[in-house]
Amino acid sequence: MNNKPIGWNGKTLMKMLEESEKYIKETKSYYGIDKLKLKEEDPFEYERAFASLRGALVSARETALHVAASPIVKEIGELCFALYTPEGDSIVVSTGILVHVHTMSEAVKFMVKEDYEQDPGINPGDIFLNNDPECGNVHTTDVQTLIPIFWKEELIGWAGGVTHQIDSGGITPGHDLVAAIQRFDDGTYYTCRKIGSNDKIWKDHMINARRSVRTPFYWELDEKCRLAGDLMIRDAVLEFIEREGIEYYKQFIREVIEEGRRIFQERVKERLIPGRYRAAAFFDIPMKEEAWQPRAKIDKVSNQPLEIIIKNDGKMSLSFDGASGPGANPMNCAKGAMEGGQWVLLTQVLIYGDKVNDGAYFAVETDYPLGTWCNPGDSSLSYQSPWGNLIPAYTGMMKCLSYGLFSRGYREEIVPGYGFTGDAIQGGGIYSAGPLKGQRWSLSTFEISGQGLGASGVKDGLDWGYAMWNPEADLGDVETWELFQGGIPYLSRRVKPNTAGHGKYRGGANYEGVAMIANSKEVDFFGARDGYCFHGSGGMHGGYPHATGYRLYAKKTNIQEIIQNQKEYPLGDPDPSNGEFEKLLEGDIVRKKYCTIYPIILENNDIIYYALSGGPGYGDPLERKVESVKQDLNNGIYTNDLVYNIYGVVAEYDEEMGEWVIDKMGTDIRREEIRAERKDKSLTFDDYWEQERWKITEDMLSEPVKLMYSESLNLSTKWAKEFLEFWRLPEDFQLEVK
Amino acid sequence: MVKYDKKTLERMINGDLTWEELKPIISGTKDPDRFDKIIEILQEKVSWDEKIILPIHEHLYIVSKDDKRIVKCDCGYEYGDYKENWKKKCRINVRDTAEELEEFYPKYMASDPDWMELREYFCPGCFTLLDTEAVPPGYPTIFNFLPDIDAFYKEWLGRKAPDR
Repeated sequence: MNNKPIGWNGKTLMKMLEESEKYIKETKSYYGIDKLKLKEEDPFEYERAFASLRGALVSARETALHVAASPIVKEIGELCFALYTPEGDSIVVSTGILVHVHTMSEAVKFMVKEDYEQDPGINPGDIFLNNDPECGNVHTTDVQTLIPIFWKEELIGWAGGVTHQIDSGGITPGHDLVAAIQRFDDGTYYTCRKIGSNDKIWKDHMINARRSVRTPFYWELDEKCRLAGDLMIRDAVLEFIEREGIEYYKQFIREVIEEGRRIFQERVKERLIPGRYRAAAFFDIPMKEEAWQPRAKIDKVSNQPLEIIIKNDGKMSLSFDGASGPGANPMNCAKGAMEGGQWVLLTQVLIYGDKVNDGAYFAVETDYPLGTWCNPGDSSLSYQSPWGNLIPAYTGMMKCLSYGLFSRGYREEIVPGYGFTGDAIQGGGIYSAGPLKGQRWSLSTFEISGQGLGASGVKDGLDWGYAMWNPEADLGDVETWELFQGGIPYLSRRVKPNTAGHGKYRGGANYEGVAMIANSKEVDFFGARDGYCFHGSGGMHGGYPHATGYRLYAKKTNIQEIIQNQKEYPLGDPDPSNGEFEKLLEGDIVRKKYCTIYPIILENNDIIYYALSGGPGYGDPLERKVESVKQDLNNGIYTNDLVYNIYGVVAEYDEEMGEWVIDKMGTDIRREEIRAERKDKSLTFDDYWEQERWKITEDMLSEPVKLMYSESLNLSTKWAKEFLEFWRLPEDFQLEVK
Repeated sequence: MVKYDKKTLERMINGDLTWEELKPIISGTKDPDRFDKIIEILQEKVSWDEKIILPIHEHLYIVSKDDKRIVKCDCGYEYGDYKENWKKKCRINVRDTAEELEEFYPKYMASDPDWMELREYFCPGCFTLLDTEAVPPGYPTIFNFLPDIDAFYKEWLGRKAPDR
């Protein structure tokens, strides 16, 4: 219990937050700052001060992951740190998984609003832990450690660090669970809980935490990692104040955020065009066949419509009005997670370089409608895999911004979207033989950090190298994953043909992998990716969406016999209609059109397959340079049949030269044929409109599509009005959903 | 202040720059005269005389014609008022069967027609593919971008739009 307020000048933290919010509302600037006084008086000192704090944050991250960390954190840096104001606004950030910078901001605000100052108290040396999405997080797997920073008796900021856990004790092993349908399936919850004092984590917390997850060793390593980084930040801030003085610090942190806000607005005016931008993305949640729980047996498709308005003053507003509803599935996404996703992508498109902080957050007005998948407002729901909605939804934002970038002439900055960070294969088992017999291994390869990026307006997309949640995407070393996933050794990993979205500039491509279960028992396996729907909002200016995922595995195989006889085994699935699994393996081979599956039990010698995602394309494929298509063929990016169909390129493989040779005349003829086919097959808008409307009025829509429309129509008057007007349907129109 | 010559920018929009040439342009500070230079390049490329006010697509431009602002394709086809969705003048093909989707994607690697269809919007003049929409059947046609042209010129560039 604190008797004396710990905020500035005798105020409580709650009072400080109220004032901060009032200033933004009334003056539109952070804390009503109209002049960047410190910057104007001594810009060199100001920049030096910022660089010293930024350096301290980056240094904290780099050091902490070497102090103690789980494989994901150590190998690919799945962590980040940030420094916050007493009210919870980020001032300066480290590198890493920046999606969490703003989520931790929401966690601090939650503690302030819940008056933690009075109970349980905020004291020097206290340690708080949070992983609750409803008060500022993405999912329980992302665990945050927050410590207050005091100067004398005043709270002058917070240091926060977040790491991604391999397991958080949910209904099944894994970090992005498919089988969670309510909060109680999500794993252990720490809702902004005090877990230590005097810079020491309490023993009872660690005992509880170790017993709450399947990988206690990793959990403990990461607790130490986050606390180590936070303490380094606190030391750096206190040194800063010793050097610069407390009054400079207090003014500086507010000016830096206001500068971040102004930079964002200026960057918008530099690169975009005022106006209205729209896109729509979708994600399939096929649970009817998969779910164990009766009430979760529903096939859903999420409607993720996005409208961005860029105003005359450079201010941006962003709305998901019309979004469909949440459900008994793990893809529900809290508002704080949406804000984190929005912020991390804006750092990549508009605010990289300069003062990357919550200033950009204050420059954007957002509308995440309550009661929809992007702001359910119901803490009893599962929020275990919100990425399923969040990741595709923000492809729409990238596409909208790309329309503006194009018009402004900055075609090199265009990014119409990106691949889903999947196939997120997960699970684990127990070693049944070997030196680790009896110990658990976990499957959570972070190869998903390397997806295909969308094409730009001047070049192809990046192959196997992008993750939207981490501007420094890194898929790690396969040897490391093998070391920690020893029960499921790889049989192959290679480029998968036809994953890249078609276009004048193609989207990024990706690869596939095959692995087998060995020396193990009690193995669970599941995965998640787009399957029934193309991911996100598709291509741009005539580019196509990248290929979908699907599920393939084989049980009760003869792989041991194959190994003993040194016979050929499947190295992938380059042509799914003529599969290597079916040709080379004996056993029960399972193929599913969709990719998201509930956990299955695997046994030794069972074989799994996974394919990572490509990226969307840009521009009419008929305008792709023939030489580029030849390179695609030689690199195995596309196969000859599809190249003929979509790019109109006629090519033959020259066995002697070992490369594809283009028939230039044949290509010219084929391209003209395609143009003629387009003319013959296409409809006028009026005919197309009649045909599409007929699908609605004659009850031709599938149940998941009807459910999606029904939810959106009921959740948004505005969206419903536009839908009904577009199809000229009566005001009382309703879709019957079973 | 960063500047690129027209030839470099023309090579860039034609996709002819090497990665070594392109990388510094992506990484560096943006050139504030880019918009004007790109408009010059595009105006020289098109075969018609109407003044380009704003490029909105690889092939589509908002131009000034008879004191009206219309959308026009580089092939010469005119879509009418820019405030109306130009897609409503397109020719459209809807891939809503597995067979049609598998012309472009291997089996298992395209959407399921019960869940989603793939729409292709062509220019009625040159049959260039202008846009695709991967949406559930029955989804309203999306109006991608409606620019505020006068605010852009007047308030952001500090001058009148070319047709004002």
